[in-house]
Amino acid sequence: MFIPFAKKSALVGLLVASAVAQPVLAADEYKLGLVTFLSGGAAGPFGVPAQNAANLLLETLNEGALPAPYNAKGINGRTIKPIYVDEAGGATKQSSEYRNLVERQGVDAVVGYISSGDCLAVPAVAEELKTLTVLFDCGTPRVFEDNSFKYVFRTGPTTTMDSVAASYYIKDIFPNLKAVSGINQNYSFGHESWADFYGSLKGLQADIDVPTKQFPKIYAGQYGAEISALMVNSADVIHSSFWGGDMEAFLLQGAARGLFEDQTALLTTGESAMYRLSDQIPEGTILGGRGPFGIYAPDNALNRWFRDAYSKRFGTQPTYPAYKMVQGILGLKLATEQAAAKVSGQPTTEDVVSAFEYLEYEGPGGKVSMNMGKGHQASMEMVYGRYALKDGKPAVTDVRRYAAECVNPSDNMPANEWIEKGMPGAKCN
Amino acid sequence: MKLVIAMLMDGVIYASWLFVIAAGLTLIYGVMRILNMAHGSFYAIGAYGGASLVGFYLAGGYPPWGAYFMLLGAALIGGTIVGLLIERGLLRMMYGRDEVVMILVTYAILLILEDVIKLIWGVDAYFAYQPYTLLGRTKLAGLSFANYDILLIFVSALICFVLWWGLNRTRKGKLLQAVIHDRDTAAFLGINVTRMFTVTFVIGAVLGALAGALTAPGISVMPGIGVEVIILAFAVVVIGGLGSVGGALLGALIVGLARSAAVHLYPDAELFVIYGVMGLVLAFRPQGLFAIATARKI
Repeated sequence: MFIPFAKKSALVGLLVASAVAQPVLAADEYKLGLVTFLSGGAAGPFGVPAQNAANLLLETLNEGALPAPYNAKGINGRTIKPIYVDEAGGATKQSSEYRNLVERQGVDAVVGYISSGDCLAVPAVAEELKTLTVLFDCGTPRVFEDNSFKYVFRTGPTTTMDSVAASYYIKDIFPNLKAVSGINQNYSFGHESWADFYGSLKGLQADIDVPTKQFPKIYAGQYGAEISALMVNSADVIHSSFWGGDMEAFLLQGAARGLFEDQTALLTTGESAMYRLSDQIPEGTILGGRGPFGIYAPDNALNRWFRDAYSKRFGTQPTYPAYKMVQGILGLKLATEQAAAKVSGQPTTEDVVSAFEYLEYEGPGGKVSMNMGKGHQASMEMVYGRYALKDGKPAVTDVRRYAAECVNPSDNMPANEWIEKGMPGAKCN
Repeated sequence: MKLVIAMLMDGVIYASWLFVIAAGLTLIYGVMRILNMAHGSFYAIGAYGGASLVGFYLAGGYPPWGAYFMLLGAALIGGTIVGLLIERGLLRMMYGRDEVVMILVTYAILLILEDVIKLIWGVDAYFAYQPYTLLGRTKLAGLSFANYDILLIFVSALICFVLWWGLNRTRKGKLLQAVIHDRDTAAFLGINVTRMFTVTFVIGAVLGALAGALTAPGISVMPGIGVEVIILAFAVVVIGGLGSVGGALLGALIVGLARSAAVHLYPDAELFVIYGVMGLVLAFRPQGLFAIATARKI
């Protein structure tokens, strides 16, 4: 077929132009990469509540309808456009996905990561690509203990405070405590949680006995033998950092066999199941929420808005991953807007990094202080309580709050060393 | 004494659960020579179907004991529909291919069904704990066991007996054995091998779904449960010998008791012991405990 020269030239020109053209970004658009589990076992309990919370928050932020000081539209006036990535697939895949978000999608920042493995892998790529990254949920303290990052922040507290506060709590509730058993998942989170819990408890009571400690495979689902082992080797308290389906299966199977009638369960992530299994959790079970989240969140304007809007939209109360996602995005917004206030036009990534370091702000879970990890790691107070049914509705009693300075190490000391030395410098009430 | 009873009971209960999962897997392999990776999806479909049906049923205010029939119904309906669709819709076009190709095909089916499950049920957890707690518990040597778990031992024994009786004491079973021994000769003798394959695959799928439905009351039914169990089921059938129902029973008992002993005596070895036993068996009997070594055609 004959094509006239002029038409041919125009066609070639168009093709060349489209090949070399960079994607045109709307100047008033803030592209935000959001990474949570959207498939696999962690999606239901963590990933999807976090995504729901992000959707709700971003819509409200873009309308400028959030309570002060977050009532400015979007992030520094720019409409936030979320780009979601499924966290499933492991650390290697997430490193590639991160590159894709930055280099091909052109995101301004990334908020994400529930798995500690991903949180240990992704920061190196973030540093290489000089992209602001907020880790919102993962718990391992090693992220900032083993490394020093410029562009990476974590707005959620570490697992250390879950475990240390748990040891304080059971000492407060059971003054005659003699023995503690443990059942934790056989991977880094489970082992770290038990080591921190037992280490800090040993510091508070040297003669504590451990009749048995179990580490079943993650997602095992069947805990019959472990429950028998816990029954044969009876203790006062059973510590567990099980989460999601594993925790729920352990609760169902243990309750059906009467495991919790003679021994009290201490579930460091139990708050996330208190509405789903309200008639199966034995009263008196000690529940943690990985921070002052969910039912432990303070009565502030932000929390009232969040609980009300979330339960209206999704028909259930928000659990801690939802809170932590909101906390991460709000930290990013505030740091960006504080940086913008000091410069003309939009702040650079370096400006936002400077504003984010040692930032203190209010989230729906209360005060967040970025005072660890050289200003890149948050610390918060930690709360525990005991499950109870009040007028047939799930509630908590015996609630005790532990200040951030009580349950977190000072900035220059790794958590395991701090616990090993008997938690020096802890400022408890 | 308490420890011995705990180890035995835990081991047998776990073995019962493993056997129900592994029985369908080994039956399909024995007859069709397909190492069916999609068996994990049958398990998941049974669990989701069971949890959903129990939920609907109890929400209607019907007598709670009827929930057990809902679990059975979910396994029967789910297993039959999915089994038929896969066998008639896809596998029949693949018969005669290499066993490795069939593993890849069924692995692809597993991945597709995982997404189908996600599309139908979403990623939130489902619960159907009422049948688990309804039966109460029994005390043995001071230890409480859920009666539902004890019932599972009897269900597993019943499935084992029905499979043995069906294969060895019925005409259809004997025809099936002829297919197992030599499908070409069986076809020459007038046995409808294609129909045998369909029936076997559906029975295997129903058994997989039944395992999921019976497990659902004690767990949180969530994405990925099918993938988790398929590895364990493979360990069981490999120990017992691929294609042998008796071997699956023995394999399940060995794995169940070994795991239980590890949990009680040396918890750190809980995971290692299952695959340690498998390695040991394969080192001395590569064909598994019950399978007969056969010459390979070249």
